Amino acid sequence: MAYPDDLRYSKEHEWVRADGDAATIGITSFAADELGDIVFIELPEVGGQLSQFGAFGVVESVKAVSDLYAPVSGTVAEVNEALRDAPELLNSDPFGAGWIARVELGDTSELDALMDADAYAAETA
Amino acid sequence: MTDGAATELRHTSLHDLHVELGARMVPFAGYAMPVQYRSIIDEHRTVRSAVGIFDLSHMGEIEVTGEEAVAFLRYALVSDPGALEIGQAQYSMICQEDGGIIDDLIVYRRDGGRFWVVCNASNRAAVVEQLTALLERGDFGASIEDRSDRTALIAPQGPNAAALLAALTDLDLDAIGNYRSAPGTVAGVDCLVARTGYTGEDGFELFCDARNAVLLWEAVVAAGEAHGARPCGLGARDTLRLEAGMPLYGNELSRETNPFEVNLGRVVKLDKGEFIGRAALQAVQQSGPTRKLIGLRMVENAIPRSGYAVQADGRPIGHVTSGTLSPTLGEKIAMALVPAELAGVGNTFEVVVRDRPYRAEQVKLPFYRRPRD
Repeated sequence: MAYPDDLRYSKEHEWVRADGDAATIGITSFAADELGDIVFIELPEVGGQLSQFGAFGVVESVKAVSDLYAPVSGTVAEVNEALRDAPELLNSDPFGAGWIARVELGDTSELDALMDADAYAAETA
Repeated sequence: MTDGAATELRHTSLHDLHVELGARMVPFAGYAMPVQYRSIIDEHRTVRSAVGIFDLSHMGEIEVTGEEAVAFLRYALVSDPGALEIGQAQYSMICQEDGGIIDDLIVYRRDGGRFWVVCNASNRAAVVEQLTALLERGDFGASIEDRSDRTALIAPQGPNAAALLAALTDLDLDAIGNYRSAPGTVAGVDCLVARTGYTGEDGFELFCDARNAVLLWEAVVAAGEAHGARPCGLGARDTLRLEAGMPLYGNELSRETNPFEVNLGRVVKLDKGEFIGRAALQAVQQSGPTRKLIGLRMVENAIPRSGYAVQADGRPIGHVTSGTLSPTLGEKIAMALVPAELAGVGNTFEVVVRDRPYRAEQVKLPFYRRPRD
């Protein structure tokens, strides 16, 4: 399985796309596949603070509730409103249209604590 | 799914087929069972619109035979199996002296003195234990035999189930009405063909010798291709029965609930004579149950789940027994046990989800009823 190589990955199966201080976060296809049909996501509040590896929301499949863990610290600048009515985007396009939030990074060096695509692929093999 | 010798999971005859089909296997009542093959929602929708094929071989089948089989089952169960015609089936419960439910089950009358009691996999041992104890205590002229391990159960469920089966059997399926059964051959395999199910759709349950299960499954799947059939797992089985307002033992039913609390009073035949639980159940019927199982539809946006607290005007008064996002209705629905005096269609409650209350409205059960022609 090859994951997008412009992203960084956490052990909790979240990804980050960073462009300077501006980042986008989401869950990986591995997480989405494990969950099965995603029917609900509790999005973080715009303006809220994320702390790296801290819980910040919840994603629900038909059968289970799972916590979301922030891959980076920062301020939530925007959330993907499309996920409120179409949580299935997390299954169909987790790295694209299924993005969860845009975050103003507090500390870009936190990205060093995350895995690159090859390491994440090895982790999930 | 095995965890060393200490907790070996049992397999049905179809286990390897499920794995080959890419099923996600999970532990269920001591068995490795398929929870889904591809998608719970797709499988759910397939049952509602076409036909889904379920492996239910983990369930219990207990044969009761003898001159006093009727008297024995009348005593052990809350319903009256003596009222059944040959081939007819009834939904029933086996209760404790205090009216608490040991299991819910379906009794099939095979002939005058022979019945099959089909029970939940999780309660098979408890049901066998209770039946055995009552048989000995009451000295009835009857015997019981646990046939579960050599009986497989394959269930095509959905509007296309009859068309699918018609291609595989000479039985006149039109003559097998709802909650009726007949012995016959399906794809050359001897079966009890029953028009029973747990989905709220038309459908059949095929009981056969476990040694023929693979053959029967493959024949049903092959015949199903012309009818949009898919194998379906326990995940879809749960969302289907919940939409249809059907209780699940362990959620709605337990030894701490009685039939009258959970809308199953009609199953209890208080006038049939003495039976286990009669006095306690008569008392509940006369005074009315203190709790009631109701249907809830979320008005605010959160998914209710089993065990979540239910509030009325901010006060905790009950709990959710089962809840989900309904694939057919697109609504977040739940069944909940609340004080009887607070129940009423249209009443508002709150379901506590992650420490926050979300408004819900009581609605009539079932949530979904299949269209009748």
